[in-house]
Amino acid sequence: MTASVFFGCTFIAFGPAIALFLFTIARDPLRVIFLIAGAFFWLCSLLLSSLVWFITVQISNKESSSQQKGLLIFGVVLSVLLQETCRFGYYKLLKKANEGLLMLSAEETMPISIRQLAYVSGLGFGFMSGAFSMVNILADSVGPGTTGIHGDSQHYFLSSAFMTMAIILLHMFWGVVFFDSCEKQHWWSLAVVVISHLLVSCLTFQNPQYVGSLVPTYIIVFLVGLWAFFCSGGSLRNLKLCLTCKDKDFLLANHRPR
Amino acid sequence: MTGRGPGTIIGFPHKRKLVTSIKLFLFFCLSDVSCNSVAQKIYVELNNTVPCVRLLNATHQIGCQSSISGDTGVIHVLESEADLEWPLSKGPNPPYMVLLESSLFTKSIMMKMKNASSRVAGVVVVPKTSPPEFSPHTTCPNENTGVYTETYDHNLAHCNTTVWNPRGNGLSYEEFDFPVFSLKEDNETEVIKQCYFDHNRVVNGSGLQYPLCAMQLFSHMHAVTDTATCMRRSSMDFSTSPVMVCDPLGGYNVCAFIRPYNSTAFGHKENESVVIAAARLDSKAFFLEDSTGAEGSVSGFVTLLAAAQALCEATQEAPRTRNILFAFFHGEVFDYIGSSRMVYDMKNNMFVIDLDNVHSILEIGQVAVRSGTNLFLHSDPVSRRNNTVHDEVTNLVKNLQSSTAGLNFSFVETDFSQPLPPSSFQRFLRARAIPGIVLADHQTDFNNRYYESFYDNAAHLNLTYPSNLSPEEQLEFVTDTAKSLTEVATAVARTLFKQAGGNNSQVNKINADPKTVTQMLYGFLVRSNNSWFQVLGSSLRCVFCLSEPNPPQYYVGVAKSSHQANALTYLVQYLLANLTGTATNLTQSQCKKPDELPNESTYLYSYLWVQGMVPPNSTQRESFCVRTAVRLVKAVSPAFDLGDYVSKEYSTWTKSQWKFIKARIFLVASRDLEMLTLGVGVAVLFTSLLVTYFVSTKADVLFSSVREPNNAAY
Repeated sequence: MTASVFFGCTFIAFGPAIALFLFTIARDPLRVIFLIAGAFFWLCSLLLSSLVWFITVQISNKESSSQQKGLLIFGVVLSVLLQETCRFGYYKLLKKANEGLLMLSAEETMPISIRQLAYVSGLGFGFMSGAFSMVNILADSVGPGTTGIHGDSQHYFLSSAFMTMAIILLHMFWGVVFFDSCEKQHWWSLAVVVISHLLVSCLTFQNPQYVGSLVPTYIIVFLVGLWAFFCSGGSLRNLKLCLTCKDKDFLLANHRPR
Repeated sequence: MTGRGPGTIIGFPHKRKLVTSIKLFLFFCLSDVSCNSVAQKIYVELNNTVPCVRLLNATHQIGCQSSISGDTGVIHVLESEADLEWPLSKGPNPPYMVLLESSLFTKSIMMKMKNASSRVAGVVVVPKTSPPEFSPHTTCPNENTGVYTETYDHNLAHCNTTVWNPRGNGLSYEEFDFPVFSLKEDNETEVIKQCYFDHNRVVNGSGLQYPLCAMQLFSHMHAVTDTATCMRRSSMDFSTSPVMVCDPLGGYNVCAFIRPYNSTAFGHKENESVVIAAARLDSKAFFLEDSTGAEGSVSGFVTLLAAAQALCEATQEAPRTRNILFAFFHGEVFDYIGSSRMVYDMKNNMFVIDLDNVHSILEIGQVAVRSGTNLFLHSDPVSRRNNTVHDEVTNLVKNLQSSTAGLNFSFVETDFSQPLPPSSFQRFLRARAIPGIVLADHQTDFNNRYYESFYDNAAHLNLTYPSNLSPEEQLEFVTDTAKSLTEVATAVARTLFKQAGGNNSQVNKINADPKTVTQMLYGFLVRSNNSWFQVLGSSLRCVFCLSEPNPPQYYVGVAKSSHQANALTYLVQYLLANLTGTATNLTQSQCKKPDELPNESTYLYSYLWVQGMVPPNSTQRESFCVRTAVRLVKAVSPAFDLGDYVSKEYSTWTKSQWKFIKARIFLVASRDLEMLTLGVGVAVLFTSLLVTYFVSTKADVLFSSVREPNNAAY
């Protein structure tokens, strides 16, 4: 539409991600490296699923719309599964790397914990996924026109931006939960992560009824976010302490010499 | 955006309008169009557009200009002149893109929009039915470059006695700072009107609901001010590709002598006297690429081509006292480019003859729209004050009038004090007082109600064919217009024969062929990709295929530095070659290099390889080599050779260059929605910054429930 829409949608889609990056990741070079590696792994999964998609589309019957729709659903499911597989692969790689790093480093403690790695890798996945979702649309939002001349909804750009924000946050939360459940060998929670990813992706088939896809997605974001919060060591008590500004006393209390 | 293969998954988990978007996506990917499905959702590209471009001369710039990133405006379909209030003052969403039908494309409406150009983003014209009269040219065409200047005769200058084009409104010579485009009446216009009716109609006087249908036109022209400025800005360094900002207009004149001269020997030829038979090739319109010029130019040169054919058949044997030159001048509309060039070449010994060799001139002007059974003979009163010139002109008139014996019309001389209409003959008179006559169907002002406009087409000449004929049958069908032009051609051929000193007894055997005339009219005005043109054409290029299915456009175009004439010039060259030349038995390689053969000479003749017919039982064309005296002579204004870009003597017309020209339609959203989006975005960004800052400073408290061993860093 114009520059204002371009900037508005960019900030909506990438606002939380940029904030997280600025405050938590940018200062630590090790975290930046793992973020980019996470993004690369997501890219690999995309490449694989693109390859399969390309081949199946070429050999399919291009005229039949039901076949194309079925192919699309198959493609979505395959891509989700490949993304989670790549996430698992990244986890395994990071475990091995951590042991290696520990052996090499002079200090006795690991420079970065597995929980932080979970968060960083999830965010990396989210960044890359958001970029691929949104950059194409942002490029066209700069022009003078908006969607709708062929009957599409006018709110295409805005809803794409909100969806992208949700996906980025979700990838971050899924990363945390995924790594945590792999550490604790809770395979059922792994399955829940995969299922929720599938659910969110399939919800987008509701588009262009954007309400039908965005509202459930944000509910899922909230729920998975809560779960990730508890997995990573948060609790209601801590939250209350922080919010009522009694945290300083808590810290002092906890730092009594042992 | 460059094309992407169908395999790229962009934003994979996010689906939009499923089936249609996939179909569109795949269809466009496979049809080699830019594979960007988001842009397909937003824009509809318009492909069949003709822009109004910028032309410059020594003092002015005319035409239209858009801004460099295109002009966007909300579409408004104009219903009447009173409706103009909406885009100009009342409408709440300026700027507007005004869509006009041809009946509303008048000078008063265009001038009103020009004066309110802050609210008008552009104009789109949809030509429909022809108005009763419309001529965007000036009332006195070529008034400063003809022979009638203040010094020549004060009373006759600036059309003081006769206004030749009284219907002219001068629209082509105005300058607009918004783009003006023309659309063909077809599917795209329907899409635009549908979009307008869906989104832009005012409902019960209330405001319009966003989103509104809008159009964007790109036609940014690089040249400004005048020719001297743009030539100065074109950097002519010694690199291989000079950066030009504008191009001079020009082309090639087509010339053929009945008895050819050695083409390398320029200058005066002793004891040679030449009669020049001239006609104009080019025409013009407000939208340059829509020029058709049926009555303005096609009628004249088709008649001359038919006369040339008739004369050449009759004059194979008898040598005559005088030679005849058939000259088809190009670029005459733009201040006589072709004829001024020929006169300049003759004066400077750069042509095979010079002005002393010219005995008389007979020019065929507009001859197709007769208002009776008379054609009129125009002559120049000033030069006729000289007795020798007067006697020669009288002799020519006598020859003309006696040539119409047995034909259904007659020649009538015009009033003695009336000047010549705009014609190439005027440039010859500027150099020397040569006797001559201009043939026309009008006695005083033009009969042509659509002089130099895009309505001057086949319908204007009443070229009607019975509806049950196939295109091939239409090609052969002899229309009434063709019959009347054939008679004119016969009279012209007989006159030229007599002027050249031919034997009077042979005269009545000279007759033009009506079949040739009707085929030429069909080819030039209805459909140029017909079997006759294909037979006569060059096998090297299909010159007319590009503008299918419309007739080719006839404006002169830019003078290209390579030897590439435009489509019209090639058609006329090959036609003249086939009608006046002789077929030979040479093979294709011999045709390219005929000098090696004993009887052939490239000094006198040119050799063209003609496609030929397909015989009934085979698929291969029988091509052959034609030996002809037809030559193409460069027709670029002498002002560019002399470097005098402010010349008052010669044409200084140039056409601006541009990068791309396109048009597209889309919907625009309201400003409020855009600002809301920006506001929400900024709010989200600030909120997330705040929350993240809060969380990251309190992270050791928030995430403290599970303590990992030996962990101190977060």
